[in-house]
Amino acid sequence: MKNRVRKTRQPNLRTRWRFVLGFWAVCACLLVVRAVDLQVVQHDFLAHQGDIRNLRVEPLAAHRGVIRDRAGRPLAVSTPVVTLWANPREALAHQDAWQRLGNNAVISQKEFAKKVRRHESREFVYLERGLAPEAAKKVLDLNVPGIHSLTEYRRYYPAGEVSSHVVGFTNIDDEGQEGTELAMDAALEGHSGRKKVVRDLLGRVIQDIEVLEPAEPGEDVTLSIDLRLQYLAYRELLAAVQQHKAKGGSAVVVDVRTGEVLAMVNQPAYNPNNRGNMDTASLRNRAVTDLFEPGSTMKPFTVAAALEMGMVTPSTTINTHPGTLRVGTKTIRDHRDYGIIDITTVLTKSSNVGTSKLALAMEQQALPDYLERFGFGQATGIAFPGESDGLLPLRSKWRDVERAALSYGYGLSVSAVQLAQAYAVIANDGIKVPLTLKKVNGTPQGEQVIGKETARQLVQMLETVVSLQGTARRAQVPGYQVAGKTGTVHKVVAGGYADDNYIGLFAGLAPATDPRIVTVVVIDDPRGKAYYGGLVAAPAFSNIMSGVLRTLHVPPDRPEGLLAGTPEAEDRS
Amino acid sequence: MSQREFFRQMPGQGGASLSPGLAERLHLDAPLLASLLMLMLGGLTVLYSAGGESMELVVRQCIRFGAGLAAMFVLAQFPPRSYRFWAPVIYTIGLILLVLVLVAGTEAKGAQRWLSIPGLGRFQPSEVMKLAVPAMVAWFFSERTLPPKLLDVIGALILLGLPAMLIGLQPDLGTAILIAASGLVVLFMAGLSWRLIAVAVIVVVTAAPLMYFFVMHDYQRNRVDTFLNPEADPRGTGWNIIQSKTAIGSGGIDGKGWLDGTQSRLDFLPESSTDFILAVLSEEFGLVGVCILLIMYLVIVGRGFFISWQAQDTFSRLLGSSLIMTFFIYVFVNMGMVTGLLPVVGVPLPLVSYGGTSIVTLLASFGMLMSIQTHRRLISY
Repeated sequence: MKNRVRKTRQPNLRTRWRFVLGFWAVCACLLVVRAVDLQVVQHDFLAHQGDIRNLRVEPLAAHRGVIRDRAGRPLAVSTPVVTLWANPREALAHQDAWQRLGNNAVISQKEFAKKVRRHESREFVYLERGLAPEAAKKVLDLNVPGIHSLTEYRRYYPAGEVSSHVVGFTNIDDEGQEGTELAMDAALEGHSGRKKVVRDLLGRVIQDIEVLEPAEPGEDVTLSIDLRLQYLAYRELLAAVQQHKAKGGSAVVVDVRTGEVLAMVNQPAYNPNNRGNMDTASLRNRAVTDLFEPGSTMKPFTVAAALEMGMVTPSTTINTHPGTLRVGTKTIRDHRDYGIIDITTVLTKSSNVGTSKLALAMEQQALPDYLERFGFGQATGIAFPGESDGLLPLRSKWRDVERAALSYGYGLSVSAVQLAQAYAVIANDGIKVPLTLKKVNGTPQGEQVIGKETARQLVQMLETVVSLQGTARRAQVPGYQVAGKTGTVHKVVAGGYADDNYIGLFAGLAPATDPRIVTVVVIDDPRGKAYYGGLVAAPAFSNIMSGVLRTLHVPPDRPEGLLAGTPEAEDRS
Repeated sequence: MSQREFFRQMPGQGGASLSPGLAERLHLDAPLLASLLMLMLGGLTVLYSAGGESMELVVRQCIRFGAGLAAMFVLAQFPPRSYRFWAPVIYTIGLILLVLVLVAGTEAKGAQRWLSIPGLGRFQPSEVMKLAVPAMVAWFFSERTLPPKLLDVIGALILLGLPAMLIGLQPDLGTAILIAASGLVVLFMAGLSWRLIAVAVIVVVTAAPLMYFFVMHDYQRNRVDTFLNPEADPRGTGWNIIQSKTAIGSGGIDGKGWLDGTQSRLDFLPESSTDFILAVLSEEFGLVGVCILLIMYLVIVGRGFFISWQAQDTFSRLLGSSLIMTFFIYVFVNMGMVTGLLPVVGVPLPLVSYGGTSIVTLLASFGMLMSIQTHRRLISY
C-alpha cells in the first residue's frame, strides 16, 4: 500500500518541491541582485547621500573683540554662554522623564511642558538663551530627552549704563546695533570659521572631523574714553538732570590737544545688560544726534571773527545803549542796558546788542565763513552712528536780522560735540583737531583756523564770564582758572519758539593759563525754578571739570581758591 | 516498512554507528540547531550595534531567545501525531481568542492585537495562529485523498481564511497575509491543481487594485504609495525606505565595520534595531555581510526542506513544508522591504530583529520541524 501511494504521489510532489526550490532560488537571486545594485552600482551615490545627511559644515563662532577704555578697562566683553533648546517631538516621546525637571530654577517641569506642547509639531524651540554654563549644566545633567544645548557668546557691559551710549550694544545674534558696537562692527566681529562635523538626526554634533577654516577673533577696540571720567560725568550729569527736573542732558569732555573725547554721557541712559523695558528715547546718544540752537555760547565765535578781521581789540568799546537794537522789523534785547562797554564785557555780560552790532559791521559772508572754520555745520569726524552734521545755513544773501541772530546763536543748530570741538579750537591756540572716540597716540596734525593770539585773547575774555561779574560764577573750579560761556535758549517747537521750554548750556575750558580740557554741558528742558545755563549747566560743568582736572593730575593754576565776594551780575546767559 | 529497517529503528538495537546521538535523544536536530544558534549569535552582534551599544537590549533579546529555545525543546519532544491530534483544538481556541481580541483587545498603535490575561500579561493570539493554521490545514488534508478535490480546496480556504480575516480586521494586514500564505503553502504542497493556481493568481491580480481602493486602511494604502514612489514624501512615509536604502548603499562591498555605521547609529535610520536591522548589518558589513546572512538563512531553509522531504506521513510533510516556507517568506519579505523591493509591511527579520513574540513562535516552529525529523523512525504506519 505504501509503495502504491508513493508511486501515484511522488512525481507530483517532486514537481512541487522543484517549484519551491526554484522559487527560493529566484527570491535569493533577487535579493543578491538588489544588494549588489545598492551596494556596488549605486554605492557612490548613496554613500554621498549618507554624507549629506550626517556631515555638516558648521560655523565656528568668532570671539567678538573687546571694547576697552583708554586705560584698557573693559567696556564690552564677550563671555561664552549656553543656550538650551528643546526638540518637542523628541521630548513628547519621553514624557515620563519630565518630572526630573521638577521645580528647577532655569526651566521647571511646568514651563517645559507648556513650551513643548505649544510647539509640539516643531523640532526646535528655544528654552532659555544665554545661560551661565554652570546653570545650563545643572539642567543638562538631568538628562531629559529632547533638551539640548548650544554655545553662544553673550556681550556683557561692565560699566552698564555709564558707558551705554558710547559703547552701544549687540543683538542676541552678536551683531552691533548701536554706538561703537555698530560703528566698529566690522572690526569687532571677526571672521567666523568653519568646521566639518558629524551630526545625528537631532542635530547633535557627535564628532568633529576637521577645521576647514579657523575662526579669526575680532579686533579689540580701544576708545579714547577714560572710564573714571565717564563715571564722574555720568554722576554729575544725572544729579543735575534730577535736580532741575530736566527732560534730558548731555556732557562731553574733550582733550583739546588730541581731540580725544574723554567722556561722553547723556540722560536718559539705559542699561545695556538688561534692555527688557528700555525706552527708545533713552537710546539716543544725544551729544552727537540732538541739535539745538547754541544761543549765547556762540558769541565767542562772533567776537573771534571780529578780532581776526582786525575790526576790534578786547578793549574796543561798543555802545549797547539803550539795551535794545532794532533790526528790520525785529527788536534785539539785552537783559538790561549795559551802556558803553568793551568787547570783553560784551562776553562777560552776554550782550545780544553788542554781538549784533559786531556782526552787522562785518561783510555779509564773513561770520558764516568763520563759523564754518570752527566746524559748525559739518560732522566732527568721530564717525558715530547717527551723528548730525548740524545746520549752518548757506545763503548768498543774508538779511541783517539773520546775521544779527547768527551772532548770538540763533538761526543755526549744533550738537554738543560740535560745540565742544569749537571750544577746543579756542583752547588749543586756534588749532582745530578732529574729534575722535578712538585712543590717539601722539599729537595729531591740526589745522590752524584762527590766529594763536586771537585764541589767547578769547580765553582771557572768557575768563571774565566765570568771574563775580560774569553770568556763570557757578562754573568756577577751586584751584583752576576756568574760561567759558553760558547759553540759555528757547527750545524750538512746532511753529516757533516755546515760551517756557529752555535748554541751559555751558561750554568751557580749563586751566585757562594752559588749556587742557574742554567740557560742554547741555541741560534739556529743566522744569525746576531755574533754567538759565549759568544756574543749571554751570554747576554741573564745575563739578565735572574739577573732577577731571584732579583725576588727570593737571597742575592747578590758581592756588588762591575760589573768588570771594558778592556777585555783581545775576546768573544769566 | 521493511523488516530490516524496522529493527534498525528500534531503540537500543544495532551497532554503535546506529545508536542515536545526544541531540537525537533530546529530539533535537543538530544541524538545524547549530545553524539557528549561529544565526542568533550573529543577530545579537548586529543588535548590539543597532541598539546603540546597549547591553540591556542584547540581554533582553537573549531572554527571548531562551524562551524560544525552551518552546522549541518542549515542542520537539512531542511526536507529530500529537500535533495532528491537537491541531483542531488549538485552532478552535485560537479562533475564539481572535474574536475576543476584536471585542476586548488592548489597543496599541491604532490596532487591536493584544489580549490581556490577568496574571499572565498580554499576548497576541495571532502568534498562536501562525502555528495552528498550517497544522490545521495539514490535519485537514491528512484525512483526505490527494490531490484535493475542489470541495476540499474550498474547505481548506475557509480554514485559513477565517483566522486571516479576523487578524486583518485588527487590523494587521501583514500577519493576516502571512498566515493565509502559510495555509496556502499547505494547499500547494497537497497538490492543488495548477489550473486552480492560475485562476487564483488572475483573481488576486485583478482584485489587488480593488483592495487598494475599497478595502485597505489609509495607512496601508500609504505604505503601497510609499513603496511605489518613496521620494513623493521623503520626510514622511518615504523616510524609512530612503534612509534604509541610503544606509545599505553606503555600506559598499565590505561595509564600514562593526559599530561604525553612521546612518543607522546616528538615528537617521528609524526602527534600526527592529524591522530595519538589515540596513544596519548592510551598512556595517557590506555586501559580504548580506551574502553571509542570506547563506545562513538558506542553510536553515535547506535543512527544513530536507526534513520535510524526508517526512514520512502527509501531515508532517505538509506541516513541515509550510513552516519552512513561511520562514523563508519572512526572510524574503523583510529583506525585500528593507532594500525597497517590496512595500513596508512590518515584518521582522527572523531571529535577528529585536523583540516581538515572533521569536518565540519562530523557534517553536523549528521545534516542530525537529520533532518531525527526530520522531521519524519511531513512527509506525
